Amino acid sequence: MLRVDHLKKTYGEGDAAVEAIGDLSFEVGENEFVCVVGPSGCGKTTLLKCMSGLLPPTAGTVELHGTRIDGPPEKMALVFQEYSRSLFPWMTVRQNVAFPLRRKKLDKARARELVENAVESVDLTGFLDRYPWELSGGMQQRVAIARALAYQPEILLMDEPFASVDAQTRADLEDLILAVRREYGVTVVFVTHDIDESVYLGDRIMVLTPSPTAVQQALDVDLPQPRDQVETKELPEFARLRAHVYRSIKRRQGAAEPEMAEATGGG
Amino acid sequence: MSETREKDGTIDQGSGARTTGRFERAGDAERAPRQPRAARRPRIPDWALPWISIVAVLALFEFISRAEIISSRNFPPVTDMLSTLWDELGTSQLWEAIGQTLQGWALGLGIAAALAIPLGIVIGSSGLLYRSVRVIVEFLRPIPSVALIPLAILIYGTGLQSKVFLAAFAAFWVLLVQTLYGVQDVDPVATDTARSFGLSRTQRLFRVTLPSAIPYIATGIRMASTVALILAVTAELVIGSAGLGRSINIARSGGNVELMYALIIVTGMLGWLLNDVFARVERRVLHWHPSQRSSKELAAA
Amino acid sequence: MTKRTKLLGLGLEILVPLAAVGVLAIWTSQQDSYYYPPLGDVLSTFNDTWLFERVGSDLIPSLERMAVGFVIAVVAGVSFGLLLGRSRRARIAATPIIEFLRAIPPPALLPFAILVMGVGSGMKIFIIAVVCVWPVLLNTIDGASSLDLTLEDTTRAYSISKRDRLLRVVLPAAGPQIFAGIRLAVSLALILMVISEMVASTNGIGYFILQSQRTFAISEMWSGILLLGILGYALNMVFVMIERRVLRWHRGAHASVLS
Repeated sequence: MLRVDHLKKTYGEGDAAVEAIGDLSFEVGENEFVCVVGPSGCGKTTLLKCMSGLLPPTAGTVELHGTRIDGPPEKMALVFQEYSRSLFPWMTVRQNVAFPLRRKKLDKARARELVENAVESVDLTGFLDRYPWELSGGMQQRVAIARALAYQPEILLMDEPFASVDAQTRADLEDLILAVRREYGVTVVFVTHDIDESVYLGDRIMVLTPSPTAVQQALDVDLPQPRDQVETKELPEFARLRAHVYRSIKRRQGAAEPEMAEATGGG
Repeated sequence: MSETREKDGTIDQGSGARTTGRFERAGDAERAPRQPRAARRPRIPDWALPWISIVAVLALFEFISRAEIISSRNFPPVTDMLSTLWDELGTSQLWEAIGQTLQGWALGLGIAAALAIPLGIVIGSSGLLYRSVRVIVEFLRPIPSVALIPLAILIYGTGLQSKVFLAAFAAFWVLLVQTLYGVQDVDPVATDTARSFGLSRTQRLFRVTLPSAIPYIATGIRMASTVALILAVTAELVIGSAGLGRSINIARSGGNVELMYALIIVTGMLGWLLNDVFARVERRVLHWHPSQRSSKELAAA
Repeated sequence: MTKRTKLLGLGLEILVPLAAVGVLAIWTSQQDSYYYPPLGDVLSTFNDTWLFERVGSDLIPSLERMAVGFVIAVVAGVSFGLLLGRSRRARIAATPIIEFLRAIPPPALLPFAILVMGVGSGMKIFIIAVVCVWPVLLNTIDGASSLDLTLEDTTRAYSISKRDRLLRVVLPAAGPQIFAGIRLAVSLALILMVISEMVASTNGIGYFILQSQRTFAISEMWSGILLLGILGYALNMVFVMIERRVLRWHRGAHASVLS
């Protein structure tokens, strides 16, 4: 569905050039929940921006359904880490969620329906007419998610969306995104630096190398669905995967190590 | 007006822009990714743009005049204006007028500063004093100083004194309010720390309050300078005190239109120069201060 | 702060101004000064003149001119400011010109306005508009060009239309800055209204005050000054009220960010 092919992104020129992404290739299948993890500064955000068409790659392509992306595609929605700066402070929750829909030229009833359904999915129905600053951090991020959902995307890109909330809110939001994924059937590409989170949420995990970034490893996550904050995390498989990802990130590029149950990018 | 832009690309989300509203520049429509950047090298370099536009505007004015779109009697060609300006630079009258305007401006600003800054500090440091005086200040402050022109004529006549009175009156309020803000905006944590170290009230004033208020005062002086210049020229124009304002008026009523424009340009340059100087000083003073400048100017405007 | 100090503060806040007025009243009536007639006289002259004798002949024309010039300045300033704010290169090109034009002390432009537009209301509207546009323009440019990067990314990510982006994102985002510019424009408009009427007019508040001085009608002169003070204060109040309403969201967002 989404295909990243030999993506390369360099900032600056000449001596000052910084190669954020070296050579990145992977695929995301329909309805998959793919987590992208990597050490700090490895260009995860850059990757997301290239994938969403906000930044042009220096080389390589990103394709959605076989069509090359050179601007934000209609079937893709983004959720940013900085929720307080991605919601429009002069608009209510309802207006924020409805704003991207203006482009789609839906009739009023339909738009209203989409908005209210999305807001209900994130459990904020009573707050439709509040302003973002009246809500807590977790709630604001839920509004951002609702906005993405109302847009009816096929694929959702999320850039460390829960990094700025406290641990308990994060757990709630993690479960929310899993529920929403089930309900709406969206494909999700989820960037995070939190290893636990990536294992908990993902169907597949892409581990990135430090800059210049490439795919270090791709792992299948074989944990049962639906996930549960307590039960899933008690499973030995969870611990194993977690340790594996941790070591994989800590390992420098090039060192070989016998791996168990590994699959390379594809599918 | 512009700050340095970030290099093309992302801003690290994790670095956390300061929450008091310093935002990165993003007003550039060219960020839409259509082609790789190398192919979009701008044909005209950035530094040349202002020059080109200045030349274009001057050429436009020249054309408007020569083609009599506006009568050249009222709007002479730019070249004539500039040549008259050039000639005037050699005369003593021009420099005398500039000197007279500056004299009024300097005296007005100086008097205002000598009164407003100490007063502002004293009133601002005492909660009770401030509350007593606040209502009076809020009522007197919005009075447009130009309303006092007839009073100035009445009491001081039509000379330098009137000019200084008006300039000082206007500049005083601006500076007083800014100083009050500055003194009151001291970080309470800082004063508490000072107090816990046993510093006396005067020591705290000089060591903590004043340094923290100085950026506001610097901004206030810049604003007061602008206001003082405006009032000085106003006095020259309306009352007829000696200076650029009066010269401009005389040039107009005498039919010497090129001279009028030349003098207006000179006055503009003077205004621009003074503003530039004070803005530079202000920027240097603000440099080390935890910069919340934009929100302060908003409040004080 | 103890309750006693609070009460004291409140008391001072009310009593000191009242006392000041009282002192003023007593002093002016004792002085028998030519320049400072007794406060009571000034107030009664004010009553006779401005309530409502000269409202139609002087107050209304003044306010009309100010309003028209001001509105033109705001509309032009915001429109051009939004456009310039969106294009970095246009900003770079236009900045030196704008910076120079706005540095010209407004009174210096008055003879120019008289020359080109005569001595009627048109001239006054012209000068007010020409001078008041700059703070609005510059502040709008500033506000429109410093849109938060994440908001910018969000707008692009959702392919928001150009029109929506300009009117529903950039304009509201620049709101606080624009209002700061408008506040400056209000005080400039008042100043220019007064001096343009002093220099070349046959009616208006500015004209009235100067005339009163020339004809030694000192009480009338003071009544006019008082009126201008009230006008300045009232305009400021109205502005603050409107700003508070329109920028409710900004204060809320700001407050929660700082807490």
